[in-house]
Amino acid sequence: MGSFFHRHRGLTPYLLLAPGLAWLTLFFLLPLAFLGYQSLQSGSFPNYTFTWEFSNYAKAFTDFRPQLMRSITYAGMATVLALLLAYPLVYWIAFRAGRWKNLFLLFIVAPFFVTYLIRTLAWLNILADEGPVVGVLRDVGVLADDGRLLATPVAVVAGITYNFFALMALPIYVSLEQIDHRLLEAAKDLYASPAQAFLRVTLPLSAPGIVAGTLLTFIPAAGDFINAQLLGTPQQYMLGNVIQSRFLELIDYPTAAALSFVLMATILTALLLYARIVGSEKLTG
Amino acid sequence: MASEGAGAPVADVRLEHVVKRFDDVVAVDGVSVEIPRGSFFAMLGPSGCGKTTTLRMIGGFEEPTEGRIFLGAEDVVGLPPYRRDVNTVFQSYALFPHMTIEDNVAFGLERKGVARSERAGRVAEILELVGLGGLGKRKPKQLSGGQQQRVALARALVNHPRVLLLDEPLGALDLKLRKQMQLELKRIQHEVGLTFVHVTHDQEEAMTMADRIAVMNGGRIEQLGPPQELYERPATAFVAGFLGASNLLPGTVEGPGAIRLDSGELVRADVNGRTGRVAAGVRPEKIALGAGGGANELAGTVSESAYIGVATQVVVRTKAGVMQVFAQNAGTGGHVLAPGSPVTLSWSQDATFVVDDVGGTDRDEEEVT
Repeated sequence: MGSFFHRHRGLTPYLLLAPGLAWLTLFFLLPLAFLGYQSLQSGSFPNYTFTWEFSNYAKAFTDFRPQLMRSITYAGMATVLALLLAYPLVYWIAFRAGRWKNLFLLFIVAPFFVTYLIRTLAWLNILADEGPVVGVLRDVGVLADDGRLLATPVAVVAGITYNFFALMALPIYVSLEQIDHRLLEAAKDLYASPAQAFLRVTLPLSAPGIVAGTLLTFIPAAGDFINAQLLGTPQQYMLGNVIQSRFLELIDYPTAAALSFVLMATILTALLLYARIVGSEKLTG
Repeated sequence: MASEGAGAPVADVRLEHVVKRFDDVVAVDGVSVEIPRGSFFAMLGPSGCGKTTTLRMIGGFEEPTEGRIFLGAEDVVGLPPYRRDVNTVFQSYALFPHMTIEDNVAFGLERKGVARSERAGRVAEILELVGLGGLGKRKPKQLSGGQQQRVALARALVNHPRVLLLDEPLGALDLKLRKQMQLELKRIQHEVGLTFVHVTHDQEEAMTMADRIAVMNGGRIEQLGPPQELYERPATAFVAGFLGASNLLPGTVEGPGAIRLDSGELVRADVNGRTGRVAAGVRPEKIALGAGGGANELAGTVSESAYIGVATQVVVRTKAGVMQVFAQNAGTGGHVLAPGSPVTLSWSQDATFVVDDVGGTDRDEEEVT
């Protein structure tokens, strides 16, 4: 073995790549190709036939536009919200928590020890009409006396924000943690107030974490259906809900497959726009 | 000790009985000093002597527990670093990794509100001064350690602060580069005429660059003066040992110009008003091999002799103790002394300094290099 690798040293990178490539081919590329094949079928269950049925895509776009828009807006809102909540929190942990850092990080990750479904069901209780949050909001007049949170976009966005919070927080924490505190001293030495030092040094140096957190949150959030299903009503359904019901309940494989591609394309488009705005340099580090 | 006498120049930095305590640890213990405008001032001492803490208090990164700090006429205690007309060259350089060299150097000017057009000119000028002209578009990562050090210097200098603080600025450089930068820093200081306050543990570095040196130990200034004075007339055994090598001979003051060594010999020295137990000191290179080198003589036997080119290093055992001698090889042939041969050591009264007796002098033997 040793002498084989020695003689064919140039092969080593490919041999190292091979298991990963095989995995991706078998479990990602092949199913994706099959999904593409399904998306161009016509007929009804169980007799679908491949007919280059491009009208599936037109139907996906026109019939389910509201759900697609909701996927993007809810995921976008949840991403922004998670960023606004996570940044100050992990900033505090990274710079101020001292020896309690790991404990607070554990608090951020702890919800992940519980199943996704259970976590979301917990929010069902938190936001329930007779629950504490609604009670307080009604008392202070933010909600009308019969106002509710469940079955509203607020509940769905809140659920998504909560469920993907750690995916936003951890990358930002890592990038903040790596910042040499002496750089902030240097900024202050060069007449920067704490706010200016933050804007000119801390924020740019944590940008890779913000970008990573945004992607990790937005991409799965856009395809989510659990939050809309449990905390919302069909009025709040996202594209994920449609895909889920088409695949598993209506057994309408061609439409479900076409919708999946539409969602994928939409997410990719959103990411390209994002890359344009923040600069592709930061996406790749 | 810090006063400048009549017609004193304006003190750019003045510390009045500054104390800094971290919990129970006293890092700086009552430091008072005046640093005149335009001077190159060094704080020299071993790690933990309080020199860096003192520097950080001038910069505003630490607040003194007691005492006052003046920049010019203004008491700056309580002012944050960004409100002080002081810039620092950090030991780690602390260059902003996401900015180009130009942007790093322009950072302070930008914050001070210097117009963009003027900024570009001043940045280019200062990069030229530190020998980095043409490298402005690079990122810090693309520069060598020595170049990064120059950027750190330029970034501070460009603001023309009242005082420039240098925190072990050459510590991360290799020996050759360090020597080169020492002379260059001195040149730049002359050129820009700013007050430099420099912290180092390297006595040679301090002596090469500084006009005046404060030798610190245990949070206090042991002695303050020009390098020559510290070397020729150290006031304490610590200063004598920290700046170069020395021989210390314990004894008792016997008159205004004489010390009776414990071994019985009389040594001529200006005792400077001291009485009782003292130690008479002499630098190894001020001792002559053989009689006739001055008023003081000690007889002994050679125990080791090493030829090191410019000098011969000789260890001589005398009744008063082990003496180190650096005999200059000015002539030809050098000094070849076989171990065991008898020798007389002699040196002048002027070359003899007197410090308080501190007992053991072990460290002096280690310090001889």
